[in-house]
Amino acid sequence: MSGDLVQPALVLSLALFVLGALGVFLRRNIITVFMCVELMLNAVNLAFIAFSRARGTLDGQVLVFFVLTVAAAEAAVGLAIIISLQRGQDTLDVDAFRLLKW
Amino acid sequence: MSAILFYVFAALAVASALVVVGQRNPVYSAFGLIVTLCSMAAIFGLLGSPFIAALQVVVYAGAIMVLFLFVLMLLGVKSEDRTSGSTLKAVATALALALGLEMGVVLLGAVRPPTAPFDASTRAVAQVLFSPPYLYAFEATSILILAALVGSIVLARRDA
Repeated sequence: MSGDLVQPALVLSLALFVLGALGVFLRRNIITVFMCVELMLNAVNLAFIAFSRARGTLDGQVLVFFVLTVAAAEAAVGLAIIISLQRGQDTLDVDAFRLLKW
Repeated sequence: MSAILFYVFAALAVASALVVVGQRNPVYSAFGLIVTLCSMAAIFGLLGSPFIAALQVVVYAGAIMVLFLFVLMLLGVKSEDRTSGSTLKAVATALALALGLEMGVVLLGAVRPPTAPFDASTRAVAQVLFSPPYLYAFEATSILILAALVGSIVLARRDA
């Protein structure tokens, strides 16, 4: 039924990953850059699901579960870092952050 | 039918991803990302993965995006006052296209037609997740989440 959607799903995953990468290159606001990273993670999840469907195994599904868990932890820590960066510099511009401290 | 739905949600996902990348106001980007994540949940469902589709809505669109919006409101929303220069734009587009070309060659070269019957119900996924090779990783994620919890509290403390 849904087997013939594997290749379109991979193309969609590719498109979303490239769009996310473009956002990481071009955006100046650090929170938008972070959201583009989340978009790239999601594109990878879609590729995992498509390959899981194509091979008929469930390992891809389990890996997506772990990616989701790590993404949640990463978002919490990343946003905490952004909050303390903004306290030190009073800006969210990525070019303003040049030191590994705040 | 599922093919038509797939293309509708795929178009929605790409359009809202363009909003995420193209907007200068981060709140519009956040709402665009919520639409992308929800349409990707629909696509996961159409690919026969109801458990991951539900997780996507609950964890990503629910928890993570609410966290993003909280932080945006906490820090005060400011549009970017400065855009990237045209040289950077050209270089970034070229790099992204090169990346897309590479990934296209690798991903589409690896496609084979589906072979085995496929059952990704919650019960089937849970049986794989809670059996030895992945069970240890599952237990390790609980330590990871505890570390992330403590780390984010320490980092965001006012007198840190």
